[in-house]
Amino acid sequence: MKGLRLLVSRNVGALLALALFLALYVFYSALHPKGFTVDLFVQNSNEALTLMLLGMAQTLPVLLGGIDLSVGSLMTLVDSVASEVVRGSPWQIALGIALCLATGLLGGLVNGLVVVLGRLQPIVVTLATGAIYSGLALFIRPTPGGEVDGNLGWVATNALSEMPATFGWWNGSPPAWFNLIAGIPMPIVILVVVVVVFWLPYRNSETGRAAYAVGSNESAAYMSGVRVNRAKLAAYVMGGLFSGFAGLYFAVQTGSGNADPIQAGTYTLNSIAAVVIGGTSMLGGSGGAIGTIFGVAVLRAITFCFRVVDTNSPLGFLANPLLQPMFEGVILLIAVSVGAARIFRMKNRLDMYR
Amino acid sequence: MPGRFRVLLETVDRPLLFAGGFIVCILAVGTIYTETTQGNALLLSPTYLLLQLKVASFLGIVAAAMMMVVLLGHIDLSVPWTIAASAMLATAWGGATAMPVGLAFGLAVGIFNGLGVAYLRVPSMIFTLGVNVVLRGFMVMLTGGFSPSSEPTPIMLYLAKGDLFGVPIPVFIWAAVGVVVTFLLRRTPMGRYVYAIGNRQAAVFLSGVNDRLVLVASFAFCSMLAALAGLLIAGYSSKAFQAMGDSYLLPSIAAVVIGGANILGGSGRFSGTVAGTILIVLLQSVLSVMQMPEAGRQIIYGVVIIAMLLAYGRSAR
Amino acid sequence: MVGTAAESLLQLRGVSKSYGGVAALSQVDFTAKASSIHAVLGENGAGKSTLIKVVAGVVQPDAGVMTFDGRAVQFASPQDANAVGIVSVFQELSVMPDLSVADNISITAPPRRFGLIDKRAQQRRAEELLARVGCDDVDPRERVGDLPLSRRQMVEIAKALGRDPKLLILDEGTSALTAADVERVYEILHRLRDEGLALLYISHRMHEIKELADTISVLRNGRHVRTFPTGACTDDEVVQLMIGREIINVYPPKAQRAAPPRPRLEVTSLGWTDRLSDISFSVGEGEIVGLGGLDGQGQRELLLALFGVLRNVKGAVAIDGKTRRISSPVAATRASNRIALIPEDRKTEGLMLPMSIGDNISLSSLGRVTRGFVIDRGAEAANIQAMVEKLKIRIGKVDDPVATLSGGNQQKVVIAKWLLTDARIMLLNDPTRGIDVGTKEEIYRLLRSLADAGTSILLYSTDYDELIGCCDRVLILYSGRIVRELVGPAITETAIVASAFNLPIEPHAAAGARRG
Repeated sequence: MKGLRLLVSRNVGALLALALFLALYVFYSALHPKGFTVDLFVQNSNEALTLMLLGMAQTLPVLLGGIDLSVGSLMTLVDSVASEVVRGSPWQIALGIALCLATGLLGGLVNGLVVVLGRLQPIVVTLATGAIYSGLALFIRPTPGGEVDGNLGWVATNALSEMPATFGWWNGSPPAWFNLIAGIPMPIVILVVVVVVFWLPYRNSETGRAAYAVGSNESAAYMSGVRVNRAKLAAYVMGGLFSGFAGLYFAVQTGSGNADPIQAGTYTLNSIAAVVIGGTSMLGGSGGAIGTIFGVAVLRAITFCFRVVDTNSPLGFLANPLLQPMFEGVILLIAVSVGAARIFRMKNRLDMYR
Repeated sequence: MPGRFRVLLETVDRPLLFAGGFIVCILAVGTIYTETTQGNALLLSPTYLLLQLKVASFLGIVAAAMMMVVLLGHIDLSVPWTIAASAMLATAWGGATAMPVGLAFGLAVGIFNGLGVAYLRVPSMIFTLGVNVVLRGFMVMLTGGFSPSSEPTPIMLYLAKGDLFGVPIPVFIWAAVGVVVTFLLRRTPMGRYVYAIGNRQAAVFLSGVNDRLVLVASFAFCSMLAALAGLLIAGYSSKAFQAMGDSYLLPSIAAVVIGGANILGGSGRFSGTVAGTILIVLLQSVLSVMQMPEAGRQIIYGVVIIAMLLAYGRSAR
Repeated sequence: MVGTAAESLLQLRGVSKSYGGVAALSQVDFTAKASSIHAVLGENGAGKSTLIKVVAGVVQPDAGVMTFDGRAVQFASPQDANAVGIVSVFQELSVMPDLSVADNISITAPPRRFGLIDKRAQQRRAEELLARVGCDDVDPRERVGDLPLSRRQMVEIAKALGRDPKLLILDEGTSALTAADVERVYEILHRLRDEGLALLYISHRMHEIKELADTISVLRNGRHVRTFPTGACTDDEVVQLMIGREIINVYPPKAQRAAPPRPRLEVTSLGWTDRLSDISFSVGEGEIVGLGGLDGQGQRELLLALFGVLRNVKGAVAIDGKTRRISSPVAATRASNRIALIPEDRKTEGLMLPMSIGDNISLSSLGRVTRGFVIDRGAEAANIQAMVEKLKIRIGKVDDPVATLSGGNQQKVVIAKWLLTDARIMLLNDPTRGIDVGTKEEIYRLLRSLADAGTSILLYSTDYDELIGCCDRVLILYSGRIVRELVGPAITETAIVASAFNLPIEPHAAAGARRG
C-alpha cells in the first residue's frame, strides 16, 4: 500500500492530467454523433500524435531544468527532409526514414554540444539553433510541396487493420488474433512503440536517471560523481530523436512538406504548454514523457470539446468561432497556471524562493 | 600604444566591444558587396543609416521592455500580442485619447502578468505564454465581431513617420525611453531592487523589501513599453494588423542577450541592449540588401547569436 | 582487518592552490593514516575546505604531489577520487531532492539488469545501508526532498558508506544531525575506524572533535601548522595554534541590572502547524535572550514566525505594549516595529553574492538615503563607510563583489545591512556557525554593545558555549515548546543539555532555573 501511495504522490501531475483528459474526452464523445467509434478515435489520435511526439522531445531538456525553443523548427526541418526522401521504392523509403531520424538526432546533438561545451543557457542557444533549423528547412522547402509516399500516409493515419490490407500481408482474410487488435488506431500503436522502445529504456537507464539528477540539483549530481555532461548530451540527443519522429509523422500524415517558421513556433509553444500541463516541473528533476502525452491529450480534448457544442444549446456561445480562441486561451492559461502554481501549499513563504 | 589599448579593452564593457566590432564588420562586408555589385557605398550613407536607426527604434523599445524583466531573471512571452492588441485597441478607439488608451491597456496587461508571476508564483515563461494566447483570442473576438477601424490617429502617424531636425522622431522616443530606463535602473531604489532580485530573490525578500511589488512594477513597465512600441509600429505601417508583434519577440530577446545581459537575471545594461538592437537590425537589413533569401537569413541570424554568446556569454559553471 | 598504526594512507607534499591572487593553500605537507579519525581544524580561510576538496577531487591543486595507498594520484574529478576509495560527504548537501532515497544512494554504478537499472536490487542495497547507519525507519522509495534535514544527511552518510571507502571525508557532515543521530554516527565511525577506515573530519565543534577524533591537524592561513594526538593540547592551546594569538576572554562581560528590564517584545501563545505550540516569552530592552535546545525543535521556525515569513501563525506578538500583526518581512521592518533577522544561510538568504559589498550593505536601508525617487549616493556611501569601519570588515574595495570575502566578513556585511536600519529587535539564526574564532569574538562584543544601547536581542545558537557566554537568559525549546527558562548563573552546560533532552536538572544546578 505504501508503495502505491508513494507512486501516486510522485506522479500527481500526470495523473491529474489523465483524469482531466478522460473527463473531457467522455464529454466530447457523448456529444459527438460518431462518439465512441473507432473511426472517430482514429481521427482524433491523428491530430494528436505529432504534438505528443514533440512534447516528448520538449520534456527532456525541461527535465534538465532548461528549455528547448528549437523543437518546432527541428520538426519542420525533418518534415521538409521527409518531403524529399520518403518516397519511391521500399528501400528508398526505409533509407529516407533513417535519414529523417538521423537529422533529428543531429539537431539534438548540435543543441547539446553548444549548451554543454559552450556553457551557455539552453533558452538562448535553442533560440539561435531554432532559427538555423528553420533556415535549413526553408532552404530545402522554399514553398510547401514535395511528396511523401501515399501508402505510408494511409497506413499511418488509419486503424491497424489497414496495414496488412495496404501492404498485402495476408492474401485473403487476416488470422483471428489479428482481428482482436485490428481496431487500434495506428497513431496509438506508433506512440506505444516509441514509448516502449525509446522512452522507457532511457528512463530506466543510468544516463536517463542522471538527467533527473542534474535537473534536481546539478552541483549535487556533480559532487556525487554523476557524469553530468554526458547526461545532458544524451538528453538533448534523445530530444532531437523525438523531434525527428514528430517531423516524420507530420510529413507522413500531411503527405507533403511545409517549412513555415510560424507554424514551427506555434508547435514549440504548444509543446511547452503540454509539458507543463502534464506535470513536469519547469525547474527540472521531476515528471516525464508519459505525463506530457496526457498533457497533449488534454490540450487536444479541449479543442475537440469546442467543436461539438451545439450552437442552439445554453452552452452555444462556446461554439461561436469568434469566441473560441479566447476561451481556449483562457482555459490554457488556467491549466498551465494550476499545473505550475505552487503557492497554495506553502506555509513557509521562504519555500517559494527555493 | 598596446598597453593603452589593453586598458581600453578592460574598461569598456566586453559585450559592447564585441557587438560594436561586429556591427563594423557587418557594415564592412555589406559595403564591399554594394561597391562590387552596384558601385556605391549605400550602407554608409546618412539616409540609409538614419533609416536603420528608425527601424531599430521600434525593436529597441521592445528590447528595452524585455530587458526590464530579463534583469529580474524572468521573461515576457506576451509581448507579441501586447504590441498588437494595444495598437488595435488604440486604432479602434480613435481620437485624441487613442494613445493613452493603448498605453493604459499595456499597463493593465503588465500588471496582470506581474500578479501572476509574483503572487501566484507561476513561472513567467508559462504565465506570459498563456496571456499571449488569451490576448490573441481577445482580439479575434473584438475584431471579428465589430470590424473596428485599424487606422492610426494623426498623432500616431506623426510620431512614427515624422522628422525633427532631420532625425526621425521614433529615434528621439527611443532615446527618451533609454534615459528613463537608465535613470530608473541606476539612480532609483527600484532599479537596485531589480538587480538584487535577479541575483537572489530570497535575500531581497528577507531584507524587508517588497519584492513582489517590484516584480509587478517591472512587468507593468515592460508591457507599457511594448504597447508604446505597438502604437509606433502601427503608425509606421499606417495600420494595426494581427501579426504585427510576432516578429519582435525573438529578436528582442536576442538583442538583450547579445547586449551582455545574463538571461538568468542580475546583470545587464541599456547600452548593451542598444548595441544588440542595432546589430540585429543592421544584420537583417544588410542581408536583405545582399538579397539573401529568407533561408540564409535565418541561418546567419542563428549563427551570429551563438557566436556572440560564445565570445562573452559563458555562464560560470 | 586492523591497519598497523604506522601506515600512511594519504600523503600530501608541497600542495598549493590559489584562487585569483589569493593563496588558499601554500606548500602544505599533510599525512593521514589508515585506521584513524583525523580532525582538521582552523579558522575560516585557513584552507580546511580547500584541502578537503583537493583530496576529494573536486578541485585540482596548482602544485604538489598526492600519494594514496602507496601510489601517486591525480584527480580530475570526484569520480577519480571515488575510484581509488576516497568518498566525501560535504557541507552543502549533495543529495538530489527529487529522486528517491534508493536512487540517491546508488546514483553512480547502480545494480543493473540487461543494461537498465535493477530497481529491486537497488532497493535492497539501500535498505542494507540505511540499517547500517541505524535509519531503518526511512523507506528507500521516499523522495529525499520530503525527508527532514537530519534524515537527509544520514542518507548522505549511508550513500558514502555504500561506496566502501578507504578514506571518508566529512565536511561539517554532522552539522544538521539531531543529537541521537550524532551518537549513532560516532559509534559507526569508531567501528569503521577499527576495521581500517581513515576519516578526515572538519568541524567547528570542539567537544565533538574531542569525542570523535584521535588525531588533530591545525591549519592557519593556508599552511599546515601542527598535527598531534587528541588530548596532547588543551583547548586554549589549540585555539592559539589556530589564531596565533592569546585569547584571554572570549566573551564580553554581561550587563549588571538592578531591576528587570522593561519588556519590549512580548510573545503570547504563539503556534504554527505542528512545529510550534503555545510559545510565550518576552525580551526586554537591552536584553540578550538565547534560544537553545537540540536541532530542529522549532527555534528556526520561531524566528521566522516573528519576522513574518510564516503564514497562519497563531497567538499574539506585542512590541512596546501594543499588539502588532507581523504578516511579512516588510511589516517586520517597518518603522513602527523595526525588527531585523540575521538568517540561517548567509549565502542564499542574506546576501546577493555577485553584487558589490556596498550594494549588499545598503539594501535594507535605501529608503533612508533616497530623496524623492533618487538615491543620494553621497549619503549612501557615507553610511556604507561608517559600517565598514564600525564592524571592521576586511575588504578590498566597496565595489568588490561580496562573494570575494571570507565567511566571517560576509556575515559582518549581513549584520551591517541590518544595523543601518536602526533595528531595535534583532533576531539571529545561528550567526556564528562556520565562522572563525576571531570574528566570532567581534560579533559577541558587537551584540553586547548593541544590547547595552537598548536593542533587544533574540539569539538562536547551536553552540551552548555561546549561549552561556552571551545571554542574560536562555529559553530551551523541545518539540516546539519552551520547556525551561534559565536565568543568569543558572545558565550552565549541564542545565542546557539536560533541558534540551527535556530532563530534570540535578538539584545543585537548580538555583535560578524556572520550568517554562
